[in-house]
Amino acid sequence: MSKLELKQSKMLQVQFVGDDDVLNHILDREGGAKLKKERTQLLVNTKTIIKKPDYDLEEDDREVLKDQNYVEVLGRDVPESLKNGSAADSGSKVYSFQSRKHSEKMSKLASELAKPPRKMVPCHSKMDPEVTLNTPQSSKGHSTSDSVQLKDSDKSKFLSATPSAQRKRLMAPSSHSNSESEYSTSDSEDEEGTAQEDEDTSEVISRQKTQTHNRVVATAADKETPSKKMKKGKTSDLVEEYFEAHSSSKVLTSDRTLQKLKQGKLDQQTLRNLLSKVSPSFSAELKQLNQQYEQLFHKWMLQLHLGFNIVLYGLGSKRDLLERFRTTMLQDSVHVVINGFFPGISVKSVLNSITEDVLDHVGTFRSVLDQLDWTVNRFKQDSSLKLFLLIHNLDSQMLRGDKSQQIIGQLSSLCNIYLIASIDHLNAPLMWDHAKQSLYNWLWYETTTYSPYTEETSYENSLLVKQTGSLPLSSLIHVLRSLTPNARGIFRLLIKYQLDNQDNPSYIGHSFQDFYQRCREAFLVNSDLTLRAQLTEFRDHKLIRTKKGTDGVEYLLISVDSGTLTDFLEKQEEEA
Amino acid sequence: MATSSVSKGCFVFKPNFKRRKISVPIEDYFNKGKSVSEDSKLRFETYQLIWQQMKSETEQLQEELNKNLFDNLTEFLQKSHSGFQKNSRDWSCQIKLREIPVAALVLGVNVTDHDLTFRSLTETLQNTVTPYVVSLQAKDCPDMKHVLQKLASQLVDCGVDIKSNEEERTQVSQKREYCSMDFLSSWYRNVTQKKIDPKLPSKKRAWSGQWQSPPVVLILKDMESFTTKVLQDFIIVSSQHRHEFPLILIFGIATSPIIIHRLLPHAVSSLLCIELFQSLSCKEHLTTVLDKLLLTTQFPFKISEKVLQILTNIFLYHDFSIKNFIKGLQLSLLEHFYSQPLSVLCCSLPEAKRRINFLSDDQCENIRRLPSFRRYVENQASEKQIALLTNERFLKEEAQSLLENLHVYHTNYFLVLRCLHKFTCSLPKYPLGRQIRELYCTCLEKDIWDSEEYASTLQLLRMLAKDELVIILEKCFTVFKSSSGKQFGSTAQRIEDFLAQFQSLDEAREEEDASGSQPKGLQKTDLYHLQKSLLEMKELRRTSKKQNKFEVLRDKVVDFVDSLVREFLLPPETQPLHEVVYFSAAHTLREHLNAAPRIALHTALNNPYYYLKNEALKSEEGCIPNIAPDICIAYKLHLECSKLINLVDWSEAFATVVTAAEMNASSTASEEMDEIIHARFIRAVSELELLGFIKPTKQKTDHVARLTWGGGC
Repeated sequence: MSKLELKQSKMLQVQFVGDDDVLNHILDREGGAKLKKERTQLLVNTKTIIKKPDYDLEEDDREVLKDQNYVEVLGRDVPESLKNGSAADSGSKVYSFQSRKHSEKMSKLASELAKPPRKMVPCHSKMDPEVTLNTPQSSKGHSTSDSVQLKDSDKSKFLSATPSAQRKRLMAPSSHSNSESEYSTSDSEDEEGTAQEDEDTSEVISRQKTQTHNRVVATAADKETPSKKMKKGKTSDLVEEYFEAHSSSKVLTSDRTLQKLKQGKLDQQTLRNLLSKVSPSFSAELKQLNQQYEQLFHKWMLQLHLGFNIVLYGLGSKRDLLERFRTTMLQDSVHVVINGFFPGISVKSVLNSITEDVLDHVGTFRSVLDQLDWTVNRFKQDSSLKLFLLIHNLDSQMLRGDKSQQIIGQLSSLCNIYLIASIDHLNAPLMWDHAKQSLYNWLWYETTTYSPYTEETSYENSLLVKQTGSLPLSSLIHVLRSLTPNARGIFRLLIKYQLDNQDNPSYIGHSFQDFYQRCREAFLVNSDLTLRAQLTEFRDHKLIRTKKGTDGVEYLLISVDSGTLTDFLEKQEEEA
Repeated sequence: MATSSVSKGCFVFKPNFKRRKISVPIEDYFNKGKSVSEDSKLRFETYQLIWQQMKSETEQLQEELNKNLFDNLTEFLQKSHSGFQKNSRDWSCQIKLREIPVAALVLGVNVTDHDLTFRSLTETLQNTVTPYVVSLQAKDCPDMKHVLQKLASQLVDCGVDIKSNEEERTQVSQKREYCSMDFLSSWYRNVTQKKIDPKLPSKKRAWSGQWQSPPVVLILKDMESFTTKVLQDFIIVSSQHRHEFPLILIFGIATSPIIIHRLLPHAVSSLLCIELFQSLSCKEHLTTVLDKLLLTTQFPFKISEKVLQILTNIFLYHDFSIKNFIKGLQLSLLEHFYSQPLSVLCCSLPEAKRRINFLSDDQCENIRRLPSFRRYVENQASEKQIALLTNERFLKEEAQSLLENLHVYHTNYFLVLRCLHKFTCSLPKYPLGRQIRELYCTCLEKDIWDSEEYASTLQLLRMLAKDELVIILEKCFTVFKSSSGKQFGSTAQRIEDFLAQFQSLDEAREEEDASGSQPKGLQKTDLYHLQKSLLEMKELRRTSKKQNKFEVLRDKVVDFVDSLVREFLLPPETQPLHEVVYFSAAHTLREHLNAAPRIALHTALNNPYYYLKNEALKSEEGCIPNIAPDICIAYKLHLECSKLINLVDWSEAFATVVTAAEMNASSTASEEMDEIIHARFIRAVSELELLGFIKPTKQKTDHVARLTWGGGC
């Protein structure tokens, strides 16, 4: 801003120099060139602001002002109507979370954030959610009060997480080794140890504090250099942080695994049961949010009819919202719901359901492109055909590919196919280049619902969810039932052998020759060929895999985990 | 019917046949689902009418703009094909025959606009050069087989309109499997020979008389995305068959012509005879579009400064796409008619006057509620105020006259704006912008004469040389002359007067020159002396302060322009009832066109209070209270980690935070609660995974990898 003003005043000065035409003209030319340059600079600035990722850490005040300028220009800060977010000052807030950071506070903030649970616990113990950020000095006090509460609640494990977080932040080798040693003891459950450890950690904190103070001083010294230089330093800081996070191959995290934990992995069913007991918080607010979005239904219908397509983004599952939209608005029209989060979804199946179920086409197509062409022509010829496509998670693993997006985009560009979709992934908009965006002709709607992604994550092989294997188990049973007793016997032999060897890490499978031998002994097969025929059948059902070992021998392996196999054997025995 | 299943992902719903018949008219959605009408049907019809007009206008515009380019292209095609026609035995011709003529069409990066260009190009070519125009896109052509297939099927389709027989078509579709260049050339021979056949009805089109064998034009829409191999093979093969299959290529290029040589090795590119064509730059295109759609009274709809700013910013910083710009315009038009009940009056003046008479009481109340109207009322005499606020009929009459004023205001506004632009567009440094849209933006925003830029503009204008000034004045004269308004008759007259005065000044000057009052010429001296004498001269002039006639006249002209600006370029906010035609909700436009999903996610995770207006969630920036939604807490904790995150540590930290929150609510710490908290943690983690913040990793057991970096609060 100040720079801008400066520019203007300079411009004026130039004009006042004299009224001699010739001289002035020459000066003007120079000025013109200068202005041009500045203008391009301005352009570049705005561009960088646009491109700026959300995670930009540091910006100096000047940048902040510019940022706001840009926001102002684009009218984000215009008082918003109740339609979206119901926030009065939405725009400036959205941006302010980026720009809030003053560089001096950065390091302080980092040291404080390294112990978020710490900060939050006192937060609540005071019953005052609006508690302010602790200054480093006061944080010490808090930490002690924490430990008191800690003992009360008998949560000895709590601290163990904290130093690790700090350690990661610190990265200083000396303090690191120190805390490492502490850390290994932190698993002990006795209270004495905890108290001891607590003191240790506070020591670590104080050390860290001094460090951060040093850093503050350093940055303050930097401050005196001109702003440009400062900015440069900042970006390099950012770069350093990136490499700090990505370059070191050594992973500085604790070695504890979930197996030591009481509640390890849960299976899907128990998880659901447990979660159903949780009473949702903020239900009133959430309801209000949802009501706001529901008021948009009519507008969506209108805009869909006028050739736009609608994409919903924002945190929280939008499935229920779309489902409500479907039930209220689309009851009288042909529509297809596509669960993008379904692991078996593909463009082919989307097209199939359109051609077979909507257009009643019998027959097959040579390729997906042919099918698309046919569909497009059909819709172009018959303008009375209307189809609503509802896609939950357009950005899911299965649909995010370039080809899939191209095909869905081409479908959506038809004037009698109306597409309303939701996206969740952080980088979902990267799927679309300009050509695809113009195919989609999106209108964006922010619908932050905070509702849990229950359905969306239920298919996912989640990190902590134990695979119960109920699906493979039932399919195993079904397949096996259709086989001859001999074949079942062969398979059981293989299972048993594999289970016997399950603790052997170098087990790569049952070699074919040995297996043949064993099957013969059990009177299951009479020749090499009959066994091979059986195995082919297994392979066709994807029950087993064959692999050639290094010695050229064929190895047979059942590609189902041992837990399922044990279950299977038990069931078989029950039946028998 | 449920839409979740473990076995399928697509669910088709078809309503009963009977119910399907009753389809809801679109207008009904316009009504926001309310029963109050507020003329919504009429509004919707007006929207559709204006939008159709705008659309056809832009399409026509595009055609006009492309005309020049297409003419050149057509000429090139005709010229290059005439060599094939002559069939001369000349050696150089033979060589040339091997070369495929290529028109490289540089279209610019606004890929989204290309479709329209190609469509009209195809049409033009089909009308003037050849019926056989085929266009291919890279995505249809993964290999040579597909290229030939597509080419063949499209060519045969082209032939159909000349009454070519059906069996040929079926034959092709059978043969589609093994299309080859031989097939194409034999097809071509068939077609051209058949045409000589006098039995066939003569064709009306222009090309029919020209050639017996029209060329086949193949348009590669997006040349950059074709695979090199396909292109090379195709070019080599078709150059071999050129004598029997006269192919001409048109490359659509988005970047720069160098790409041809980067894609094709010399051996291949030497088979081409390339000529370059450049399409109109998209910035000029934008200027014309603005000129025809917004800077005119033809369309009643107008947009406010911020909306214009957003639309041009999206254009300039994001895509350079006219299509998107027009989409933005369409959206603003729709939003305007959708959200403003009084937009029913946003139509041509006579129609609007008629509609005022039919306004309902509610609508009259809406008029009274308009801020601009209220301001207007406040400035009236008290009896009139009362009449305006109570008497419906009086209000309607007043509104009619106000609308008429608004119309006149716009007519004048655009004339003066154009005139001012004529003055400012050639100034050094362009203090008010080079493009008329920049000037328009400034004028919309505020009183332009208060800005420093305007002051400096006037100063610069006072320094213009005479011939420049005369040229500008002449331009302005034509601008005013072109308008039919009576009001500007006198203005045009005055400008004419000025011109005449300049003319007479010339003559006077000549006389003056003849009388020899010219200052003595500067002798040849060194730099120091020159400067000194120049300074002296300046001093002299300043002290004398005597202006010559030209300067007096120039000042008069500038003052005249200034007075015009001050009188007519008032910002629209000053006009009563401006809300009827101006769309100003810039934020909705930005939200829907240029959304920022990442920022929305970030805000939702970092600052839940922003969405959930619960006081308990209010917190100091940078930290969140422990009662926040689980995913927010998990997110916050994960920000503290670097590349890898230990799930155990994470879950414990999470449990600590959440237990603290639960503790307050109920002090029953039990096994079950631990389990529930663990389950909540699992849910939060898998949601973060879905959102793309973390992913499972095999680097270390029970660890996840962070996919973002930095980002503390």
